[in-house]
Amino acid sequence: MEQIIFYILAGVAVIGTILAITEKHPVHAILYLVTSLFSIAVIFYLLTAPLVAAFEVILYAGAIMVLFLFVIMMLDLGHPEKGIAPQWRQWLPALALAGVSIASLAAVIVSRHASAAAAAAPAPAPAPALPIREVARHLFQDHGLAVELVSLQLLFALVGALYLGKQSKGGETK
Amino acid sequence: MIVPLEHILILAGLLFFLGMGGMLAWRANLIMMLVCIEVMLNAVMLVFVGGSARWGTADGQLFAIFIMALTSAEVSLALAMVVYLHRRRKTIDTDRFSEMKG
Repeated sequence: MEQIIFYILAGVAVIGTILAITEKHPVHAILYLVTSLFSIAVIFYLLTAPLVAAFEVILYAGAIMVLFLFVIMMLDLGHPEKGIAPQWRQWLPALALAGVSIASLAAVIVSRHASAAAAAAPAPAPAPALPIREVARHLFQDHGLAVELVSLQLLFALVGALYLGKQSKGGETK
Repeated sequence: MIVPLEHILILAGLLFFLGMGGMLAWRANLIMMLVCIEVMLNAVMLVFVGGSARWGTADGQLFAIFIMALTSAEVSLALAMVVYLHRRRKTIDTDRFSEMKG
């Protein structure tokens, strides 16, 4: 049952991402991406990481995507006819590079499957699920310095965003 | 572990390369470039969480949480910069910002 849900959600995530990066309207692209992020959040939950799943919904699909929508609406960018959409010539190098990368991924998987079928390595025992209490203890006991650095980084981002967003007194033409 | 780790890695690789291709295709639009960077970082988070579920350690989840904090800082700064650039030139076309002296 969980396997079926995982594969359905994986399909939803990939199709949502494809629609998001091929959509000419920025607001529609953001909404497709929110769909993809929700399905990835449920995949995180299936992978026994409920904390990351909750943060994915709250931070990614909630805060960051709404920030994108705010900026798109504030700058009035939701006009695909006068926006900067890529022509088919601009898709060619992107398609070529992404195709080569995906083909190399497929080659690695196929060769690995062939060698695994030959070796027939036994499947490892499934690891027990981690409770959130354990994750939080690891976070604040073993990585306390990293938590402090992240808080400093968020403070710097706040100050930088305030400085960049400030209206200059000397007019807009510099 | 509900599915083998390889399948999670395949999904993450597909999402990462989709984000990479989208960023190369939308290289004239600042907002869509940032959106595609989000897709790529999300695929990286999926790899970390998959590894955490495979080996039963908390470090993968912690790195995913750190990536999320990093991404929120990066996006807020980048969007502030987009607003600043749009205020100067009234466009978000990256080809218009090719000069170093405004």
